[in-house]
Amino acid sequence: MLLSTLTQENSVLNAQQLAQLQQLAAQLNPIQQAWVSGYLAATSQLTGQSLTAAQPQAGQSLTIVYGSQTGNAKALAQSLSQSAQSKGFTAELISAADYKVQRLKKETHLIVIVSTHGEGEPPEDAEALHQFIFGKKAPKLDTLNFAVLGLGDSSYEFFCQTGKDFDTQLEKLGAKRLFDRVDLDVDYETQANQWSTDILERLEPELKNAQQGQVPQANVIPLTPRNAYSKTQPYTAKLIAAQKITGRDSNKDVRHIEIDLEGSGIHYQPGDSLGVWFSNDEQLVAQLLSALGIDPQSEVQFDDNAISIREALINHYELTQLHPGFVTTYAELTGNDELTELAQDKAALRAYIDERQVIDVVLQNPAKLDATQFITALRKLTPRLYSIASSQQEVEEEVHLTVGVVGYEAFGQDHLGGASGFLGRRLQEDDSVRVYIEPNNNFRLPEDDSVPVIMIGPGTGIAPFRAFLQHRDNNGADGKNWLFFGNPHFAQDFLYQTELLDFKKRGVLTRLDVAFSRDQAQKVYVQDRLLENAQAVYQWLQDGAHIYICGDGNKMAKDVHLALLQIVKSQGQLDDEQAEQYLTDLRTNKRLQKDVY
Amino acid sequence: MSLDTELSPVEGIKTSSNFLRGTIAEGLKDRTTGAFVDDDTQLTKFHGFYQQDDRDLRAERKAQKLEPLYSFMLRARVPGGVATPQQWLAIDKIAGDLTAAGSLRLTTRQTFQYHGVYKHNLKPVIQELDKALIDSIAACGDVNRNIMCNPNPVDSHIHAEVYDWAKKISEHLLPNTKAYWELWFDDERVADNHVDEEPIYGNTYLPRKFKAAVAIPPHNDVDVYANDMGFIAIIEDGKLAGFNVTVGGGMGTTHGDVKTYPRAASTFGFIRPQDTLKVAEAILTTQRDFGNRKDRKQARLKYTIDTIGIDKYISEVETRAGITFEPAREVTFTQQGDRFGWVKGFDGKWHLTVFIESGRIKDFPGKPLRTGLVEIAKIHQGDFRMTANQNLIIAGVPDEQKATIEGLARKYGLLGETISVLKENSMACVALPTCSLAMAEAERYLPEFVAKVEQLTLKHGIEQQPIVMRMTGCPNGCARPFMAEIGFVGKADGRYNMYLGADGIGTRVNKLYKENIDEATILAELDELFGQYSKAREQGETFGNYVVRAGIVKAVHEGRLWHE
Repeated sequence: MLLSTLTQENSVLNAQQLAQLQQLAAQLNPIQQAWVSGYLAATSQLTGQSLTAAQPQAGQSLTIVYGSQTGNAKALAQSLSQSAQSKGFTAELISAADYKVQRLKKETHLIVIVSTHGEGEPPEDAEALHQFIFGKKAPKLDTLNFAVLGLGDSSYEFFCQTGKDFDTQLEKLGAKRLFDRVDLDVDYETQANQWSTDILERLEPELKNAQQGQVPQANVIPLTPRNAYSKTQPYTAKLIAAQKITGRDSNKDVRHIEIDLEGSGIHYQPGDSLGVWFSNDEQLVAQLLSALGIDPQSEVQFDDNAISIREALINHYELTQLHPGFVTTYAELTGNDELTELAQDKAALRAYIDERQVIDVVLQNPAKLDATQFITALRKLTPRLYSIASSQQEVEEEVHLTVGVVGYEAFGQDHLGGASGFLGRRLQEDDSVRVYIEPNNNFRLPEDDSVPVIMIGPGTGIAPFRAFLQHRDNNGADGKNWLFFGNPHFAQDFLYQTELLDFKKRGVLTRLDVAFSRDQAQKVYVQDRLLENAQAVYQWLQDGAHIYICGDGNKMAKDVHLALLQIVKSQGQLDDEQAEQYLTDLRTNKRLQKDVY
Repeated sequence: MSLDTELSPVEGIKTSSNFLRGTIAEGLKDRTTGAFVDDDTQLTKFHGFYQQDDRDLRAERKAQKLEPLYSFMLRARVPGGVATPQQWLAIDKIAGDLTAAGSLRLTTRQTFQYHGVYKHNLKPVIQELDKALIDSIAACGDVNRNIMCNPNPVDSHIHAEVYDWAKKISEHLLPNTKAYWELWFDDERVADNHVDEEPIYGNTYLPRKFKAAVAIPPHNDVDVYANDMGFIAIIEDGKLAGFNVTVGGGMGTTHGDVKTYPRAASTFGFIRPQDTLKVAEAILTTQRDFGNRKDRKQARLKYTIDTIGIDKYISEVETRAGITFEPAREVTFTQQGDRFGWVKGFDGKWHLTVFIESGRIKDFPGKPLRTGLVEIAKIHQGDFRMTANQNLIIAGVPDEQKATIEGLARKYGLLGETISVLKENSMACVALPTCSLAMAEAERYLPEFVAKVEQLTLKHGIEQQPIVMRMTGCPNGCARPFMAEIGFVGKADGRYNMYLGADGIGTRVNKLYKENIDEATILAELDELFGQYSKAREQGETFGNYVVRAGIVKAVHEGRLWHE
């Protein structure tokens, strides 16, 4: 909705405020408007005001809960909520992380949009709710009507597992399924839109009547997006630098990326991620097309436009993250029995694609295809999210990232990660890169500057903590800060060492504990350092510390979780269940937050 | 008495260090940096190691947001440079397992040092050395450093007796603090009721480093006159009659500071063997009490002796030691360099001196020196002797093993290359990239430089003449450049001061000839000088003596007149 067409009836402003706002807006150019909107949104978040509507007092109401790791589920939920509003009835939109589990039994209509993470696990923000409905305290939900949309990646074994969990468990608790669950893959947009339309049509009569006579609900999402740019309309920024920050003898190539946002009005907070659209390697595309015998200028259709396949492969399709669907389709297109057989066995297929990119499959199973055929096997390119490594209080109109370049040799040739290779190797200074902010309200510094903070960020997991430290430093925050960092080698892999030593010297970092796993015979990790400092860690927690974990979700985050359990068990003299509850409480109170991948 | 505030900062660090402990223990526990805090870096020297960083990588690592690549140069204390084969195997293993450089470097003071020891490896290195009965106490710092002793084993029983005195001096002048044992061994060796005291040094140790050497004429390989304290063995009737005592030698200078100069030691007189330790202690304590503690650039004994006067220094020593110096005996030195190849000792054992370029023992491509010496150590029945010229003697080989050892030496590249006389008599300090003091290259550059100078010696037909040529990256003088007939001291990248006129037997310092010149200029100068020398030299006249006689430079008979 445009500001100019906003009326008092459909806004939270009174007539005078509205007039002032419209008057001011008329004087601003679009960039200025975007800039102002970001500040307004940020201000409202900082003051802790919820932008979501109050729950209707009586009758039927719709609540949309989302659990999102990369922002897709959140975006879908937002768009669903907007559509509901445009149909004249409102929905309360709420992150699973903010959802008070006690109110579940009072709901009448609930839509859950949730992604699945790792090996069938719920995203961080939905963990507590997920745990709750499976727990002993889960209530009877006889009066609840629900629908679930699951997002996932079908190349993983436990595809949309969390969506399935919610769907079956809510039913078990007595709730009535309004609509069959849908499980959507990485290219979910079209189906998701259809689903939204269908479900609103189904709900409209019921809810519209129920809400008639009620005061129109306040805006359920911010008036305008916080930033004028988004996933679908990214900002074209310039690369300032891609500085390698591992030593020359390191086995890792980690880059400190600096991107110029000057004039964009883009605003972000520590904890947010940056979405990055990337282009594939031109040489890789050339090699691929040549192997397939396709003329690079062959035309293909992309979004109703005819473009060359070369252009399509460079900018619009995934070539580096191999999807099982590619193997299946490629096997069919090329009549490759061996590959077809392999594709039947999910575990074998998973192992096969883990080791390969599209180029490997093609080179190892040579065939000639035409351009249009080949395209059908591919998935559309999706942007990658990186945790932001800077605070705007420090860097102003720049954004910094910490990118581990995925690079390895396999099957006789060098392989690079799509986005990491683009950012870390191919992009030159002043080259363009399309970006947008993906806010993450579930990874936020405490509002109170005096609250102590424990940060656990080995490897590139250090990124958001650099932002945290810059932020707290610039705010003159007097809360204590404790960072745990780890990597293989002290001399080569101590990311941001000089900056961290400076933070330590100036007292911004109260404590800095590091674990370099390969510098001695026995491997040592961040969780070992946590355990060595069990007493102090527990004391900090008892003193109200917030604890943050960022980095590898498969191994590290689990090991750290176990270490924390052990610490609260031994230091707080708790049994297993109490210790779990201690951490759950921390999480519920947003004192334990994760950003893992 | 001077005010405390006038003392050099290092004096304050020593005083408050609690007998050399400082906060080294805390620094070892800090995993976030490879360095120690500044004050502790002064104290670690007394424990045998210097903090360094790879200067080639400084800018690169700064951009990478990494601190400089700190590591430590750790130097062992090996009196007289003698090591058993078992010790050699242990020393070698440490180089392989616990150092980034993967090498051993023989020093100009007859010991070895490791480069690239990371902080977390310091303890393991020191503990492993200890298992081989080697320590690094006082290998650096304001104390008596590793004592040198002529390693020539030919006259074996005299050598054994003199070497024994060198060891005794070393032990006698060791610091007494237990900090070393406490810091590096978590230590049971320190009794609970131990109270630190330093009867010889006092709790502020010496004003500056202190170097001692024992020479056996006619060899002056140890450069005895370049040491603060020297003992020249006087052999009469095949027996050790006593020592001529020399005091006040030293190399270090500072570019542009005319108050600094190199100095050849003064001879105080002759003493009997039984007075050796008393005299050594008296020389040291006189320097302890009279040395300059305000200005470290004026703190070496060579300045003390010129400040208080030689006579006064002698009388202090005589009073403190309770002796009177007899007139010095006549001594004749013939060379500073080593004798290479096999020689047979009076006891019938064989000794093989091998040339080690810049003292660097490493498995070079096609030249696996480290492996070769390990293979030799596995079967060797004698010992290894590190020379003052950074070479190595495989000493005490019986007849029946001579061929085997020679075979191994050839197989691993320790023997077999033709090495010019010029190269045999050349030496360089470590300099870049690890030494923080270096202003120009030395060790890395010397081989290509020597090759160019060799061409000039061939051109002028003087390739058989031993000419002592030395190069250092700075004027502190680790490779004793001021005792060289041709000395080069780094001034800036690719530029050196050139010194001429030392005598070739190590009794006289050289003199500045040209300042801040590059390679092309140096080679042009040498071309001209070699040309003159080849035509005008007298029978047996060294290059250094020739340039003095020809008036190209003035002879320097007293260090304090070096700038005149």
